[in-house]
Amino acid sequence: MFSRIVLTALAAGVLAGVCVFVAHMLTTTPLIQQAEVYELSPASASHTHNNGNAESKDHSHQNTAVEESMAELFQRHGLTLVADLLMSIGFGFALIGAIILSGREIDWRQGLVWGLCGFAAFYVSPTFGLPPEMPGMVAADVTERQIWWVLTAAAAIAGLALIFFVGKGISLILAAILIVLPHIIGAPGVELQSGDLPAELAARFAVVSLVVTGLFWLLLGGLTGFFYDRFGRA
Amino acid sequence: MKTKTATRTLTQQQAAAEKTAAKLPAVLALIFGVFLVFGAGFAQSSTLHNAAHDARHAFSFPCH
Repeated sequence: MFSRIVLTALAAGVLAGVCVFVAHMLTTTPLIQQAEVYELSPASASHTHNNGNAESKDHSHQNTAVEESMAELFQRHGLTLVADLLMSIGFGFALIGAIILSGREIDWRQGLVWGLCGFAAFYVSPTFGLPPEMPGMVAADVTERQIWWVLTAAAAIAGLALIFFVGKGISLILAAILIVLPHIIGAPGVELQSGDLPAELAARFAVVSLVVTGLFWLLLGGLTGFFYDRFGRA
Repeated sequence: MKTKTATRTLTQQQAAAEKTAAKLPAVLALIFGVFLVFGAGFAQSSTLHNAAHDARHAFSFPCH
């Protein structure tokens, strides 16, 4: 049993992790690198409240890409691969643990549904309050945001568990409350300031990150279902 | 007929026993998975943060 779990989480996690790394390299990482130019700019670094100030519109430092040597780039992307693999394998272990605890039958189709629930809990709900961040964006204290993020994801998981495993009467109302409550309380926010990061870049990053993460969860869920089913027959 | 029923009950019992036996590894897998995700997604040590920087942004974990 133990080896079946470990093999499932590793096979699904590594495959989905490598795929999401390739997707990140092609989509999100180039956008992050573009945004880093603005992270170093004086306007976003000083965080002064100069709303509407003409000075902040003086883009003299625009589009000077942050220079990184080949060795630095190799290290940076190598570490992104490691981080993507760790997250993917971690989510894979958590997912297969939850699937077994639920006692439900699983194949790749059921796995897709589990993957979508993971996407809803770990991306859609937290991101609804805390949009995907880019370097150079102004945001509230990181610890406060992390706490809100974790609690929101946990509430969404509890809500989804009530919907799928109880699924009637008051539990549905309770589920809705759990999922919505973090958003009524509200994510830690900041006063909006004028910055240099172009809106087009941030909007593009938000959509690309949403689609890539959604596909990642579908893949991870489908593969987890497939491998667990497959390794059970062997 | 009786033997069949007995066999079926035994198989059901075995299945139930297997399910119970699977609970502990499942809990361990869940805890280990959460540990990995927290390490890669939330640890605030500057080395870990820098290493996982691009992945954190892409997965929309709070960063910086």
